[in-house]
Amino acid sequence: MEHIKTIETRDLCESAKNGGCGECQTSCQSACKTSCIANQQCENKD
Amino acid sequence: MIHPYRLGGYNIVLDVCSGAVHVVDDLAYDVIGLFEDHSKEDILQILAGKYPAQDVAECYDQVEQLKDMGRLFTPDVFAPMADTLKRRSAGVVKALCLHVAHTCNLNCAYCFASQGKYHGDRAVMSFDVGKRALDFLIENSGSRRNLEVDFFGGEPLMNFQVVKDLVAYARSVEKEKGKNFRFTLTTNGVLVDDDVIDFANKECANVVLSLDGRKEVHDRYRVDYLGNGSWDRIVPKFQRFVEARGGKNYYIRGTFTHENPDFLKDIQTMLDLGFTELSMEPVVCAPGESAALTEEDLETVMGQYEELARLMLRRDREGRPFTFYHYMLDLKGGPCVYKRISGCGSGTEYMAVTPWGDLYPCHQFVGEEKFKLGDIWEGVTNPDVQEQFAACNVYAHEACRDCWARLYCSGGCAANAYHATGSVTGVYESGCKLFRKRMECAIMVAAARELGE
Repeated sequence: MEHIKTIETRDLCESAKNGGCGECQTSCQSACKTSCIANQQCENKD
Repeated sequence: MIHPYRLGGYNIVLDVCSGAVHVVDDLAYDVIGLFEDHSKEDILQILAGKYPAQDVAECYDQVEQLKDMGRLFTPDVFAPMADTLKRRSAGVVKALCLHVAHTCNLNCAYCFASQGKYHGDRAVMSFDVGKRALDFLIENSGSRRNLEVDFFGGEPLMNFQVVKDLVAYARSVEKEKGKNFRFTLTTNGVLVDDDVIDFANKECANVVLSLDGRKEVHDRYRVDYLGNGSWDRIVPKFQRFVEARGGKNYYIRGTFTHENPDFLKDIQTMLDLGFTELSMEPVVCAPGESAALTEEDLETVMGQYEELARLMLRRDREGRPFTFYHYMLDLKGGPCVYKRISGCGSGTEYMAVTPWGDLYPCHQFVGEEKFKLGDIWEGVTNPDVQEQFAACNVYAHEACRDCWARLYCSGGCAANAYHATGSVTGVYESGCKLFRKRMECAIMVAAARELGE
């Protein structure tokens, strides 16, 4: 019986191996200017 | 570290350090809650009266398997990486908030920028200062290709010709310099006309349109210098603006205060007006001010966030979806862990430029003389201030180390922390409380959508 459904997510531990390019959008520039990181998109995931 | 919670009819377990999200049944919720401090035998005994032993044993094995796969109870190994991104990109600037106008045609009582003047004199940016700011950005952007410039104020459309000229200049040099400029514009709408709409639709990747929702709410604070509300003037303009943009790449951005902690009614007003890309933010002001949210308001707001999540899912099912900025959580394509632990980049890769060319860590520090970083001709001449901001990361905040949401907020907003505690590495506790609730709701909405429910 399936007790746990795992939603597909980006593995943060994996992202430590290939992340950090810095090309993603600066969070405060996107919409709110006051209470902005997780709402951002990675620009270089692949 | 895990964060188990129940919301919207779901039992959700977030594995903080892997980012994994699990939707579980009641049995798994109980087993996961006991897993770290009890043996399998203990758990079988504790849950014996509640579930069949075979089910408990089976569930325990599934939890153990997820732990072995690094999707539950994942340890935090990121602290040593906290300054990696900033060290790697030291000296690189990739985003500017251009204060093209320190003046405004509205006189909003709750304005953090003191009616656009930032506690100083009225001023507008000249083309020469703006051009130098763009050159400063290009010169200091290293290998970064994507550069961002937000036209901000005050009211930037009070200096619209300079805005247009600066964009034309940037477009004329970006290819040669190997850069890609992304322009955004924040406006109160009073001066929006066909010329502005055509320009923004051609050149601005995003526009932020200030509207607080219900007419009586909006007009309480957002008035002109004669005290007249602005709702009737700007709503038709915004509707025309959004229609001309094809209903995309904009945010209707409102502020809620002590006067309207029931902000869902304002969201509903925005929806009724035909807007679907929405951002509604708690006011940022000193605790004693009349607009400031009280403890009692926070409880109301938390309930509103939950109700908002339910409204989003209901409208999804009805085929009338809408976007709420803080619930935009791309579980598969969100930022890498370096970004999540290093924060927003204010004072290092993101700076604000005043009309006369001074540099500040971000728009919310403009006018605070002790935070002046330097200027666009000499660059950063106050490295001590920059160092303060470079050291801002999620592990610089003692209180964040045990917070399940730390990889979603990255330690929070330095300006909010400073205004609430007097330190850029302080913790703005009521802001944290609201942020955690928003993330719980956002994860629930994302999970429900993923499950197709």
